[in-house]
Amino acid sequence: MKRYSRNHSCITEIDQQLLAKSKVCVLGAGGLGGYIVEMLGRIGVCDITVVDGDVFDVSNLNRQLISNNLNIGMSKVLCTYNHMREVNDEVKINPVNKFINKDNSDKIIKGHDVVVDALDNNNIRKIVFDSCKKLNIPFVYGAIAGWYGQVTTIYPSDQTLDILLKKASNKGKEKLLGNPSFTPALVASIEVSEVIKILTHKGELLRNGFLYIDLLANEYEFNKF
Amino acid sequence: MEVKVKLFATLRDGRGKIVYIPFFDGITPAYILKHLNIRHEDVAILLVNGRDGEFEQKLLEEDYLSIFPPVGGG
Repeated sequence: MKRYSRNHSCITEIDQQLLAKSKVCVLGAGGLGGYIVEMLGRIGVCDITVVDGDVFDVSNLNRQLISNNLNIGMSKVLCTYNHMREVNDEVKINPVNKFINKDNSDKIIKGHDVVVDALDNNNIRKIVFDSCKKLNIPFVYGAIAGWYGQVTTIYPSDQTLDILLKKASNKGKEKLLGNPSFTPALVASIEVSEVIKILTHKGELLRNGFLYIDLLANEYEFNKF
Repeated sequence: MEVKVKLFATLRDGRGKIVYIPFFDGITPAYILKHLNIRHEDVAILLVNGRDGEFEQKLLEEDYLSIFPPVGGG
């Protein structure tokens, strides 16, 4: 199919069929989530649930891909749904216009092949990962603050999230450091490449450790536990 | 003998990337953090020789620490 011709051959025909049949749940439709959904849809993941109860705000415009001057005040997931219809109408977007929490987490992520983290707080990450463990779903973690980012892939049996979040407060340094346009784009790209490797069973995953990115110092360090 | 401390991101401000602390029997990460004027709440990940570490664990000669501040945004 010509739409995906430039995916080949790093994505084979068989991989492409696997992606088309895969279900991915993206939690958050902000800085990371907008890029993640866009990239998953363009590469040909054809069933994407996107979860966020928030609306776009003027302060999102510096980095959140789906936000624009015309959709301020509108639901992030509904704007993402409409945007993706224009990008790739083969993609089924399931917009969930609510915040994920302890009561709805299992129900929302059930049935997906991968859950992708585009959340902005650690308490919810812990809740979601508990659901992932229960439902045996891999979780691709991503977090950003200023010039810095972290990415890792966590399978249900892995201890990674406990180590990452055991001492961490609910919010990180992002309130102080802000979030520029380039950090979410980079971290989202790495998260999507992890998702594609999980779905197509190829390559090496960022597991049992975490990739720490410092764009200010140009350091990319995988800290393996 | 020294303990090598690798600092990351904002923890480097005013301290540098790598700091060496003289080793003594009983030295802990908590002592090193106090010495470097780093509050516990500014530490999200503390690794001792690349493994998950505790603030109060006793360090051995030639141990090294990696200390990361919290990053949580999306």
